[in-house]
Amino acid sequence: MTRYEEILPQLYEILRSYAKDGQSLSEDTELLSDLGLDSMKVMQLLLETEERFDISIPLNIIPNVRTAGDFARQIEQLTEQR
Amino acid sequence: MALLEKFRQLAEAHEALVRTSTDPFRVTIERILSPTEAIVNGRQMILAGTNNYLGLTFDPECLDAAARAVYEQGTGTTGSRMANGSFNSHAALERELADFYGRRWCVLFSTGYLANLGVISALTGQGDVILIDADCHASIYDGCRMSGAEVIRFHHNDPGDLNKRLRRLGERRTNTLIILEGIYSMLGDQAPLSEFVALKKEYGAYLLLDEAHSLGVLGEQGRGLSESAHVDSGIDFIVGTFSKSLGATGGFCVSDHDEMELTRYVSRPYIFTASLCPSVIASTRAALRILQTRPELRTRLWNNARRLYDRLKELGFKLGPTLSPIIAALFERREVAIAFWNGLLEQGVYVNMILPPAAPEGGSLLRCSISAAHTEEQIDRIVEAFAAVRAVTESPRQT
Repeated sequence: MTRYEEILPQLYEILRSYAKDGQSLSEDTELLSDLGLDSMKVMQLLLETEERFDISIPLNIIPNVRTAGDFARQIEQLTEQR
Repeated sequence: MALLEKFRQLAEAHEALVRTSTDPFRVTIERILSPTEAIVNGRQMILAGTNNYLGLTFDPECLDAAARAVYEQGTGTTGSRMANGSFNSHAALERELADFYGRRWCVLFSTGYLANLGVISALTGQGDVILIDADCHASIYDGCRMSGAEVIRFHHNDPGDLNKRLRRLGERRTNTLIILEGIYSMLGDQAPLSEFVALKKEYGAYLLLDEAHSLGVLGEQGRGLSESAHVDSGIDFIVGTFSKSLGATGGFCVSDHDEMELTRYVSRPYIFTASLCPSVIASTRAALRILQTRPELRTRLWNNARRLYDRLKELGFKLGPTLSPIIAALFERREVAIAFWNGLLEQGVYVNMILPPAAPEGGSLLRCSISAAHTEEQIDRIVEAFAAVRAVTESPRQT
């Protein structure tokens, strides 16, 4: 199992609290349009993810993150840099 | 999406707001009467949202200095210092500010916003890291974005969280600029500065402190939190503004690092905008002298702030965590805050309304900023207005 594949289910656990009832999550789930995250929720999501993976997420990466898969890739890179 | 399509959502939100409220973003002061009173919507108002902490906007010395400068030096500089040259008064104010802070260097900027943009973007770039307190002002966020550095937020006023993030940076920590504010503009709370300075020293990072709301407000000499927390020497760069305690407009940065002087050649917000006009420089210099020679203004400011803070607390309003000249009443529901703000206007009291997402923790704020120029009677009238409006609207969030 690649590091990315390990990260993804952990990320889904975090994202579940932002999803609507019964909404399924996949790598293609769009954080803004599918989960309806506003700027406050995005910041909350970043904080939870930082705690879970013991990383600091630069604000600069936000424009490059559209889907859950994108986010997992960024987390993968940040955990490798530690 | 067509170019202007993105404005539709904004237009709808704005229309919904102004259906039930005076437009809070387009309040026009029809006539300013004093630092604390004005005619708004045809009615005399107590101004309790001006950031005019020392009430110097109508001080005779500042008025005279500005008027003299206009007649002697004209209305404007009509260009940047890099292209058009500096007036003697620019250099004089820089020297006076450097002396006031006991620093070697000072650089002026045309607004406080530009000071943050200009300093942050000059000091940091690709490959550097900026660690900012999550509640920092938009000008700091914008400066970070302009710099191209990696930007990481830490929990507001939480040295433990900053410590964790510095540790994660490893060897990059010496390429790191930490950014804090002296007094935070939303809730009026102060940074635990000595703990942050200790961390900065431990990790070998640099520290920039924005004293926009604390200059003239904190410290025996009025230098701000760096003075009142007794950690002047631990701060690498202090940024400030002339648009609050000094009653004008403009910004500055002071530092002992010789590189500060070189930022003039790389800071685009310094280079590519018109420099401060002579009247602004003149009134600011006068206000800076007053700030240092009339400490009783600070005493009066804090007495006024305490009077309002204590009374609003007694009335059961949920306020910011510490006494400060910024006194924010917190509301959970946006519509209650809007109704309350309109009620205060009807009572003849003008305060600032802060709606989500601008306010911390998703709430809404009615923010008062208190002035040394307020009389006790005006403070009491502000309290009466809050009590009267509260009687006809839903209760605010309780402590």
